[in-house]
Amino acid sequence: MNLEEYKGIYVFIEQREGVIQNVALELLGQARKLADELNDKVYAMLLGHNIADQAQSLIARGADEVIVVDAPELAEYTTEPYTQAICQIIEDRKPESMLIGATTLGRDLGPRVSARVETGLTADCTKIEVGANKELLMTRPAFGGNLMATIVCKNHRPQMGTVRPGVLFAMDADENRTGEVVNYEVKFNTAKFKVKLIETVKEDTDLIDITEARILVSGGRGIGNEEGFKAMDGLAQTLDAEVSASRAMVDAGYIGHERQVGQTGKTVRPDLYFAFGISGAIQHVAGMEESDLIIAVNKDKDAPIFQVADLGIVGDAKQIIKKLTERLEK
Amino acid sequence: MKIVVCIKQVPDTTEIKIDPKTGTLIRDGVPSIMNPDDKSGLEMALQLKDEKGAHVTVITMGPPQADLILREAFAMGVDRAIHLTDRKFAGADTLATSHALAGALRKIDFDLLITGRQAIDGDTAQVGPQIAEHLDLPQVSYLEDLKFDGDKTFTMKRHIEEGYQMLEVEAPCVVTVLSSANNPRYMNVGGIVDAYQKEVEVWGFNEIEVDEKNLGLKGSPTSVHKAFARGLKPAGELYEVETDEAVGIIIKKLKEKFILN
Repeated sequence: MNLEEYKGIYVFIEQREGVIQNVALELLGQARKLADELNDKVYAMLLGHNIADQAQSLIARGADEVIVVDAPELAEYTTEPYTQAICQIIEDRKPESMLIGATTLGRDLGPRVSARVETGLTADCTKIEVGANKELLMTRPAFGGNLMATIVCKNHRPQMGTVRPGVLFAMDADENRTGEVVNYEVKFNTAKFKVKLIETVKEDTDLIDITEARILVSGGRGIGNEEGFKAMDGLAQTLDAEVSASRAMVDAGYIGHERQVGQTGKTVRPDLYFAFGISGAIQHVAGMEESDLIIAVNKDKDAPIFQVADLGIVGDAKQIIKKLTERLEK
Repeated sequence: MKIVVCIKQVPDTTEIKIDPKTGTLIRDGVPSIMNPDDKSGLEMALQLKDEKGAHVTVITMGPPQADLILREAFAMGVDRAIHLTDRKFAGADTLATSHALAGALRKIDFDLLITGRQAIDGDTAQVGPQIAEHLDLPQVSYLEDLKFDGDKTFTMKRHIEEGYQMLEVEAPCVVTVLSSANNPRYMNVGGIVDAYQKEVEVWGFNEIEVDEKNLGLKGSPTSVHKAFARGLKPAGELYEVETDEAVGIIIKKLKEKFILN
């Protein structure tokens, strides 16, 4: 493999029902920064059906070229057609690196592609930097978030990575940016299409996304029970905030998994994060430590959450929620 | 129906702590367990054994002490256990690991290959799909449930962010299972005793079908550049005061940061 032949930072643009996902814009923002540092270009790979009209918006978000693969085979995601399309682009274009969102889709697609083209894939990166030899340094949590590891892919291309949603920053849309939109045709080997999608069922009617919230009121074991969560709801309403929780509360069934913060839940970065009765296990902290302001309330003054909190209150979370809500309502 | 389940022995990461002075992992006394997603995958296989009389094989790749989870799998009710171990496999990243496992799986006849979605020590979710690719089989990841029509076709429920997908796929195929799919059974007492009477097949490089250049450190495109404990930012202010005063302090902070007017 002649590494010199490989150029460009390629970003997989995840869309669902034609809606470009935020994580794709975050990846574009990061790719833009890396490309500027490397004096390289950003290529957005937009796969789907009847999606071409969205290509221009990706240029405003940092792409130099948008590769549109519009095919009925790609209307809804299944592993094989998407893998074939991406692998054909890789063979053709020889990307230096490739970024994919670490969603249920990206974490299905990424490893399949990496195995087909025999290259390295770093999962769930939280940071991507340029190394001394212009290689990418991809940093990710390991051992359940207890340790950070920086991974390199020295002699294989593309250097692939998946990145969790909510971790990187999208750039503001700049309508003055210019770039090219290219239609790309893929030759599919349909004999390998063996998984049939019967239906996609949406379960969350109110589709909340805690990664989008400006303020999060988050609860853990110290909140105790359903009543405690109702009180948190009340506080959240007065602050126009969303409610989230630690894993313990999700496992106990007080709140849905879509509201879980942490290593196995979501990574959040709100302006304000309230941690009520959350001890601050590293698995939880990994998902919220980048919040701008962290206020923690816990009975145990040695709780690890206080190590990441900007303001810590040793006390009864339930009492504080009640009083704080009363004062704010006034 | 023949099922193979890939399982992995992992440190219980919820029990790991960081030494605050040295910033290193404290691994002493941390128990080794069967990876939770894998265990749910195994339970799924055992349910198919209960209902349809499936034959269940487990395979693990790992050092000699990984024998323990194979005994546990025997005690849960599997029919056959294979321990893949060889110095040639050492230092493998996910791709090289998937090549070794695929090499072993080429030697086993199966209709359904089950892995956990991801292991709690690495959280990569890569090895299952990578095995599927090497064996040229279809994959369904993030599996919550599966039904078999008794002939060839599986109906699968796959978890996605906004709900789930229903998929149809024919055997043979590869699935990766979520720990939320089921509650794994306990080992039964008779099973625990028998587990140590049964034979675990130990396989090395010579028993499997794989190109040596794809294995271990040599076969790993990725390497660890450095590892470090996550840096904690300096602790902020901490108050131990009466509720009213505490609420006052919080409100003052919110005003300071322009969250409240």
